[in-house]
Amino acid sequence: MSGDAGTGTSTGRRTVSTRAVVVGALLVSLLLAGVVSLYAASTPDGLTKVSQDQGFAGTETEHGAADGPFAGYDAGFLDGDLGGAVAGVAGVLVVLVLGTALTAVVRRRPGADEPLDQTGP
Amino acid sequence: MHVPDGFFDAPTSIATGVVAVAAIGVSLRGARRELDDRTAPMAGLVAAFVFAAQMLNFPVGAGTSGHLMGGAVAAVLVGPWTAMLATSVVFVVQTLMFADGGITAIGTNITVMGLATVVVGYGVFRGLQAVLPKRLALVPVLAGIGAFASVPVASLLFVALYAVGGAAPVPLDTLTTAMVGVHSLIGVGEGLITFLAVAGILAVRPDLVRGARPVLAERTLEIRTETTGVTA
Repeated sequence: MSGDAGTGTSTGRRTVSTRAVVVGALLVSLLLAGVVSLYAASTPDGLTKVSQDQGFAGTETEHGAADGPFAGYDAGFLDGDLGGAVAGVAGVLVVLVLGTALTAVVRRRPGADEPLDQTGP
Repeated sequence: MHVPDGFFDAPTSIATGVVAVAAIGVSLRGARRELDDRTAPMAGLVAAFVFAAQMLNFPVGAGTSGHLMGGAVAAVLVGPWTAMLATSVVFVVQTLMFADGGITAIGTNITVMGLATVVVGYGVFRGLQAVLPKRLALVPVLAGIGAFASVPVASLLFVALYAVGGAAPVPLDTLTTAMVGVHSLIGVGEGLITFLAVAGILAVRPDLVRGARPVLAERTLEIRTETTGVTA
């Protein structure tokens, strides 16, 4: 991110740097996942409810990762709300890192018309 | 609307897996054209935001809730190809790390909640943008409308898949009514969150909203026309 300040050109308007937008939006995301999510509705979601009402909820089988440390958006090794908050923050950071890494890999690939080699993730 | 393991038979799960892999493959190519110095810093962030917003279940009627799917908001912010990649990252992390959405249903979830909402959300957005006046204030509104439309369509796709390879015999008419009904309500939330997110970025840096570029381009053109011949 070298061109942060290079967006203002000659408009004379005060512009917010890209870095400030990214940091601000990241803080909002962390706040949503780490704090606001604790107050989210805990009733079954649309599909879960429909599957219960229509009688096919029972076809659900156990999740292969159900015993993971963050399963169900709850860091089970921590007590109460803290577990949910830590799980949310961890998820945002993991998605951010993976999304940014994938973006970097895609960008680093050479010019538009060259065939993709299949060595990517 | 995360589909758990067991809702679909193996052939359907494999078929949606193939669709998802194909969509991601095509998107890896398409995203190269989208990812420039403005969209690239936003791409990972948009994925993180969609993940965070998906944790926020809001109530829709008695005893039911819904949350953002995110294809529309991501597509308007960073472009549809990059949005496909960003939402896929979210669904993969959700199933492996949080046991949300079945591992065998990952293709179904990427297809129904990612691909479908990107295609419908972005398609409606661009379609409306093409016929309506090019005004910056309209961008978040059209994004919200696209987002609203994308959720019931995604639920229809679920029903269509269930008709082909659902694990239980369920009358399709009642399933359709139930799914589209509740997901139309969830779509209202999807539209509102999308409107707010796009409007928020637009207010500080309209050039970082990829879906606003046709509007900004037209505006620059007008300014240049007024100051005839003056080129930098």
